[in-house]
Amino acid sequence: MNQRRVELTLTVNGQRHEVAVEPRKTLADTLREDCGLTGTHLGCEHGVCGACTVLVDDEPVRSCLMFAVQCGGQAIRTVEGLADGERLHPIQQAFWEHHGLQCGFCTPGFLMLATSVLESRPDIGDEELREVLASNLCRCTGYQNIITSVHAARDQMRS
Amino acid sequence: MTAGVRWTGRSLRRFEDPALVRGLGRFVADVADRDRGTLHAAFVRSAVPAGEIRSIEAPPGAPVLTSESFPGIRTMCARLDRPDFVALETPVLATDAVRHPGEPVALVVAGSRAEAEDLAEQVVVDIDATRPVLDAAAATDPAAPTVHAGLDMPMGNNVVLDARFSTEGVDAAFDAADEIVTLDIRAHRQNALPIEARGALAAHDPSTGRTTLTAANQMPHMLRTALADILDIGEAELRVVTPEVGGAFGQKMCVPREYVALVAAARLLGATIAWIEDRSENLLASWHSRDHTYRLRGAFTRGGRLLGLDADIVCNIGAYSNYPVTFGVEPLMAMAELPGPYRLSQYRVRSRAVTTNMCPIAPYRGVSRPVLTLAMERLMDTAARRLDLDPVEIRRANLVREFPYAMPTGLPVDPGSYVETLDAAAEALDLEGFRRRQQQAAAEGRYLGVGFSVFGERTGYGTPAFAARAMEITPGYETVQLEMNPSGDVTARIGASPHGQGLATALSQLLADELGVEPRQVSVVHGDTDTTPYGWGTFASRSMVIAGGAAKLAAERLAAQLREIAAHHLEASPADIRLEDNSAVVAGTSVGVTLPEIARIAHHSSHLLPAPIEPGLSVSATYDPGGTFSNACHAAVVEVDPDTGHVRLERFVVIADAGLEVNPMIVEGQIHGGVTQGIANALYEELVTDDDGNLLTASLMDFLPPTACEVPLIEVTHVQTITDASITGAKGVGEGGAIGAPAAVLNAISDALSPLGIEVDEMPATPSRVRELIRRAQSTTTGDRT
Repeated sequence: MNQRRVELTLTVNGQRHEVAVEPRKTLADTLREDCGLTGTHLGCEHGVCGACTVLVDDEPVRSCLMFAVQCGGQAIRTVEGLADGERLHPIQQAFWEHHGLQCGFCTPGFLMLATSVLESRPDIGDEELREVLASNLCRCTGYQNIITSVHAARDQMRS
Repeated sequence: MTAGVRWTGRSLRRFEDPALVRGLGRFVADVADRDRGTLHAAFVRSAVPAGEIRSIEAPPGAPVLTSESFPGIRTMCARLDRPDFVALETPVLATDAVRHPGEPVALVVAGSRAEAEDLAEQVVVDIDATRPVLDAAAATDPAAPTVHAGLDMPMGNNVVLDARFSTEGVDAAFDAADEIVTLDIRAHRQNALPIEARGALAAHDPSTGRTTLTAANQMPHMLRTALADILDIGEAELRVVTPEVGGAFGQKMCVPREYVALVAAARLLGATIAWIEDRSENLLASWHSRDHTYRLRGAFTRGGRLLGLDADIVCNIGAYSNYPVTFGVEPLMAMAELPGPYRLSQYRVRSRAVTTNMCPIAPYRGVSRPVLTLAMERLMDTAARRLDLDPVEIRRANLVREFPYAMPTGLPVDPGSYVETLDAAAEALDLEGFRRRQQQAAAEGRYLGVGFSVFGERTGYGTPAFAARAMEITPGYETVQLEMNPSGDVTARIGASPHGQGLATALSQLLADELGVEPRQVSVVHGDTDTTPYGWGTFASRSMVIAGGAAKLAAERLAAQLREIAAHHLEASPADIRLEDNSAVVAGTSVGVTLPEIARIAHHSSHLLPAPIEPGLSVSATYDPGGTFSNACHAAVVEVDPDTGHVRLERFVVIADAGLEVNPMIVEGQIHGGVTQGIANALYEELVTDDDGNLLTASLMDFLPPTACEVPLIEVTHVQTITDASITGAKGVGEGGAIGAPAAVLNAISDALSPLGIEVDEMPATPSRVRELIRRAQSTTTGDRT
């Protein structure tokens, strides 16, 4: 059932990737297989767990529910683009310092979700933030240290 | 040990994290997706729970492999050497019969995962479906279908283990009782649900004849031995690598049929083949968990003393055994540990495993303990209500206070803090204040409740505990190889296989203290059968106790060697040498030599070493302890909405005693995660099957893990009882959260609904179940239906 491949330019973390993908190929699979960016993980492939969350034009999306062919010309951001060289992004630093991860599989999705909400709403309150973070699933941490980490990053990014 | 800084006991940030937060972790799918030459496999699975395979038809020329493709392959079969056990054999791919929904029948191989899935859909498996049996109680009926036709079942239809134990005075204890409490506990079927599903990558190298399996797995060495045995090939032809593993919780412990088939296919085709499980496959046909029923009878005095306990336990173990721990692990652990931390002299138990046409069961965080704790803690609360006693008082009357204590089964319990943690939990909740608030709420028609759960978590047990179950494959010890390189840095090679626990960080703290180096100088190598000593991996809350113990023993040997060389070099006595701050110093003086200098001598000037010290700095040690008990008290406060049956968790308090905490931050993280899974088990997660065996919860839209909104703040207080049963003083902590939480939650719901006379003995206590109990209670008391 091979389908015709479509040539496409994706802009990921500011870099252009020329890819040729089947129209049915998801953004997640394309990032991982064609762009070599395997930091975006797949936990359910049906849009619930959020491990595959990336930012498309700064909006968080489930990259398992989006086709790569929908993303030409848009700015895609993944976990690999968060750090500035050796310097971790405040959200990465906060997850490290507050034990916001254990196995680390869901972490890229949480980092991208948190980045988007803290960039768009730097003054978001605790309760609303908890609701946003309830978009994604984690099986190791019980969420407590994820919430602590995002609070710390929010305070850091505001100051 | 360093004089200035002690690393043990500090919440050091984890060395594992920087790569993971950058997205640079290497999980198995990452390894597969980065290799452009990788082929992908998809499994063709049975759509029905039971039947005979008539034919398997594939498009002409399609690369479809069935059991006939692998004529030399053996079945998978792990045994217990006991007369009440019936061994079940598992074919790697179904041969003539299918016995559970999702059973792998064939695999297809294609250039991409999408193409492999397309191809799998074109394979038609014609199955003559037969009537399945799904429920354990129904399966024991002589008229029920027999899951493994032709197998001798002397203990009853589909009964594959029927274990019994009794002390001598059980009947007398019941005769002497003032109150006999009978209870039926039901724990429904669940899935451990790591966020990374299972997956593996088998790469065959024709130039060496070796196959490397990179796999999401908790026991790499056991997996390699099993592969060699089942495929009948030399173990040296295999290498198993467990890269980063995205959570496991027991689901990645046992040997999956799919991994064996994948290795066989890679060797047959001389190729590199990946299989990445999707979530629906994972919910359908990875290992399931729980599915136990307990009938308990407790004999109590008027004052609440438990005189005798009588239990009948039935575990629905599904269609096949797991490998290597067998289905016996569930009923036998339940039987051995049910009495828990309660002083009890008279105990009778029957514990059965029953095979059905359901997905096979494997251990899930806590194994039987979440359910046996639920059973005992519900017994205590039910008895308290019946005897008009306070739930704290009835527990205080029965909890073990003097150590060592032996359970009626003979199992020794080492020092813990059972009464102390209970008292601390009651105080943390302000129990009296809560009771006033509860009464005020009741006056407003609101249902608030509090529930306690006191338990011991048997951890860190080596071969003696597994041998007691008569396991043919007896796990338990761990080995650590320790080496200081010529620059003074340390490498620890371990047989344990951490997958998110942060063991590398914690071990480096422990080793740093023993050797006088800094934790960042210690590298921990794990998860590769080519580079680590044989060991049993990571499960059963064992790693810090057993691998930690072996690391400590190895470090003592290496430290002795370092002191010997330093003493020779400094013309002092080895007994006077202290290892601290990267140096070996003569105690009470400023005379010393740096560890890198000693390391250079040991490696590069070995002709200067005093006899009988050999060149290099390399030691090895093994630790095989008898086991210890962590303990904790969990306490939950809930509010139940009587109209919807929804349960809201208001507070969750944990007083945890895991012995010495090497890294308290990691310990607390384990408790948070465990409690959250326990809450999930108690309230939300259930694999639901219809009468024909179809799984109705095959996606995360239906099987409901909690999110950040459902989990309350988990308030953890740490107590540290140091035990001689663990040479590091650490007790295990991986499973305790999941063990204690369900009982606390169900006790709290029962307390909240006690004005209606409701006891909640079934988990998960979903809104529909709670509503049904309320509806029944109200129709009984008022005669009308709500």
